[in-house]
This record gives sequence, structure tokens and C-alpha cells, in this order.
Amino acid sequence: MEAFQAMPLAYPKFMIDNLWILISAALVFIMHLGFATLETGLTRQKNTVNILFKNLFIISIGIVSYALTGFNTMYPGDFNGYLAIKGWIGFDGDVANLTNQYADYTYWSDFIFQAMFAATAATIVSGAVAERVKLSGFMLYATLLVAFMYPIAGSWKWGGGWLDQMGFYDFAGSSLVHAFGGFAALGAVLVLGPRMGKYVDGHIRPILGHSMPLATIGVFLLWLGWYGFNGGSVLSADPTLVSLVFVTTTLAAAGGCLAAIITSYIYLKKPDITMGLNGILAGLVGITAGADTVTWSSAMLIGLIAGAIVVFAIVIIDRIKIDDPVGAISVHGICGIWGTLAVGLFSTNPEHTFSTQLLGTLCYASFAFVISLILASLAKVTFGFRVDEDEEYEGLDLSEHGQPAYADFQHINN
Amino acid sequence: MFKIEAYLRPSALEGVQKALGEIGIVGMSVTEIRGFGRQRGHREVYRGAEYRIDFVPKIKVEVVVKDADKDGAINAIVESSKSGKVGDGKVFSSPVQDAVRIRTGETGEGAL
Repeated sequence: MEAFQAMPLAYPKFMIDNLWILISAALVFIMHLGFATLETGLTRQKNTVNILFKNLFIISIGIVSYALTGFNTMYPGDFNGYLAIKGWIGFDGDVANLTNQYADYTYWSDFIFQAMFAATAATIVSGAVAERVKLSGFMLYATLLVAFMYPIAGSWKWGGGWLDQMGFYDFAGSSLVHAFGGFAALGAVLVLGPRMGKYVDGHIRPILGHSMPLATIGVFLLWLGWYGFNGGSVLSADPTLVSLVFVTTTLAAAGGCLAAIITSYIYLKKPDITMGLNGILAGLVGITAGADTVTWSSAMLIGLIAGAIVVFAIVIIDRIKIDDPVGAISVHGICGIWGTLAVGLFSTNPEHTFSTQLLGTLCYASFAFVISLILASLAKVTFGFRVDEDEEYEGLDLSEHGQPAYADFQHINN
Repeated sequence: MFKIEAYLRPSALEGVQKALGEIGIVGMSVTEIRGFGRQRGHREVYRGAEYRIDFVPKIKVEVVVKDADKDGAINAIVESSKSGKVGDGKVFSSPVQDAVRIRTGETGEGAL
């Protein structure tokens, strides 16, 4: 407590800043419920337990591995700029780290906020591989991705690594989290192949999601959580910046939704609710890189463009026979790149350049893609990465878990 | 006794229930089904990919009636569910050998 006596006026500010980071961490946590319900809603009911199971595994392994190694790897302090595994257990006992000598927040707040982010990257993959991925293989894949690959890539920017030194800007993770997750999803889907019955005799046979209410709940929860994802990334409760970030985040989400609805109406001749939902997420992913450094009108434009992009991306990716049940590659991968590039186009800070943004986002996308191909192949040759045809037909709830999500008339005997 | 099975548009249910009630038929069973007749299916789009719905949502109404009520019941169903458009559905009737009311053990038409 001696530390505070030296700067008494700073203490209330420190308390509020620290509280905001903790509230933001809790909001980012809610995004995991959003992902779980969105993925459940956009897939068939016979795979519901499996999707929920993957989601609760990822948040748990994400946080545990971040405590054991991820936090230290991602924020190593002085390092060569590319790779640093500082040590295993991330926590040190320096009491000053729990005061405002550490930052506008404590070491614990820093950890828990970043830990909530870490699991998001692997959760994005979960949606794209749904309905055919083998549970054990996916658990291996997700563990390696979230424990090592995400923190290594993250350190290049947020850990003060080589991309940070080049002036690359990614406020809350359009590239570090979303493009990373989206292109990891692409790699995993390429190793996995499409769901049975999706592409038959050269035709696309859509596989309808089983609950639009769940999908909608998921997207609204994600939107809510994004106030922590972006708002907390200010890393203080700075009134000017936090309020700006709330406005830019909201306008981009709304713009993304409207653009996706209009694009769907004109291009697909149908007001498809799943496209409207993906449009909201596209706008949110798009604004994430520049939420604190663009004007309100630029934010709206970034969201509108993201919402239009996502509809075309989903349709094109489907037509080239890459089966992504929830649109994760389009929403997080393609719009993550768009959001990062948008900083180069719309930032009010002249130091942000398009070329650096392009280099940075391509590095994240290609690193995630290649690593994901390797990890998915590793899972394939060890546990197996895909269930067999009978299991896929029966549904993963019964074949992997022996547990239906909706038991209905099933009679229970001893 | 006859069993009458009617394959109908879901929207016809309320009218059929009322029409059967008005001629004194008590009790009916309804099942949500999917199917097609001459109407065939229709085309839809999901996330940009077009598909055909062959089996459209329908309802099946089942009632078992006394011999004397058969023609009246069929007529009530047909009149109350007719829209004149393709897809109105069909009504089938078939003889029923016996019936038992489980609570009392009554059999035959007395069980209805």
C-alpha cells in the first residue's frame, strides 16, 4: 500500500481503470457463450452436444494453458521480436505488479483479460470444423493452437515484437485474433474435407442449421461481449477513448448487418437471417483493428463494406467446395483482413500505412493457415481428425458422446 | 366404424376441428407430417445455395366414426379445408374392425 501514498490522486483513476478491465474480461467471457449458441444454431441438432462440448473444452484449456505458458510467451518483455518462451508458470510474486506501478490495471487484470482473448482464436475454428471433426483429434489441435501458436503470433504485435516495431496497428485483434482464427479454420477445413452430402454430383446441397433462435442469441451475445473486447482494449477507462470505441463498434455492427441484409436481398433474392447475423459479426470483426483510431463515419463505412464482403465471401467459399457451416472463414478470416487494411485507409493517425497493415495481416493469415495445416495433419496421423461415415451420419452426439442433446421420448431403463 | 385419414394443409386444422365438432364428432388425433402429392415441392435458398423442398409441411387428421357418421364427417372435412388451389390434400376412409375404450372396456361403436 505504500506505493499509493506517493500518488494519492492517481488511486481513484487506477481503481476505475482496473475495474473496467475486469468488467471487460467478463464481457469477453460471455462471447464464448455466444460462439457456443451460434455454432449450435447453425448446425444440425444431432451434433449439438459435440459443439457445446468443444466450446467448454476450449475456454477451459485456453485459460489453463495461458496461465501455464501463453501469457509469458505473448508478453515476454525484451525478446528477439519473433519467438520467446520465457518460462512456464506465468505468475511472479512481485507485489508492485498488483499496484499502479504495473500499469493502469494490475498484473492479474492484465492476465485475465488477455486469457479470455486467447481461447477465442481456437473457438473460431470450432465452428468451421463442426459436424465431422473427431473430438480427440480436435482437442489435440486446439490445445497446441491456443497454448503455443496464438501467443507466439500475438507477441509479434502486442508483445512488442517485430510487427509492432514496424508500426503495424491492430487495436483489439482483427488480425491477431480474427484473421488468425479464420485462416486457422481454413487450414483445418482443408485437411478435414466437407461434410457428407454437402457437395453431391457437382451440386451444393445446403445443410440447414437447426435453431435460428439460438444463432440469433449467439450473435447478440457476441455483440454484447464485443464492448469488452474492443472497449477493454483501450486498457484504461479513458472517457474519450472508451466512449469513441463503443460508438465505432456499435456503428460498424449495425452497418454490417444492414449491408449484409441488403446484399443478401439483392444478390440472393432473399432476406436470409443467417446472412444478417454474419453481417453483424463481419462489421464487428472489421472495426476491431481500428476502433480507437477511426471517426464514427469511417466506422460505419468499414462495417457496411464488411457486411457486403461477408455475403459474397460465404457464397464464393461454398462454391469452391470449402465447407464452413457457420461462415467462420468469411467472418473472421476475410473480414479480419479487411478490418486490418481499413486502418491503413481510414485511420486518423498518419503513421498507420496501408502497406504495413497489408504486410502484417498477411503474416498473421498465412502463419495461422500453415500452422493449422500442420497441426490438423498431426491430429490426423495420431488420434484421427475426422469421424467415420457411420458416425457422421448418426451424429456426433451419439457416436462421440453417447448423449443426445434433446432426449424427447427416450425411455430410461436400468 | 370407419377411420378417416385426412392429409391437409396445416392452416386447415382450425376449420376442420370446428366443422367436425358441429356435426357431433368427438375426439380427433393430429400429426405434423411432411409430404407431397401432385403439388410437388418448391425451391428455397439457404446461405446462397438453392435447394428443393420435396416434402412440405402438412398435417394428418385421424378420426374414427360410426358407420352413420362417415359421409357427414368426410363432407365436413372436405368443405372446411377446400381452398380450390393445388395442395389442399386428400381424405381416405377405411373400415375399422373393432374398438375398445380402455377405461371401461366398452367395445364396438359404443367405445367411440
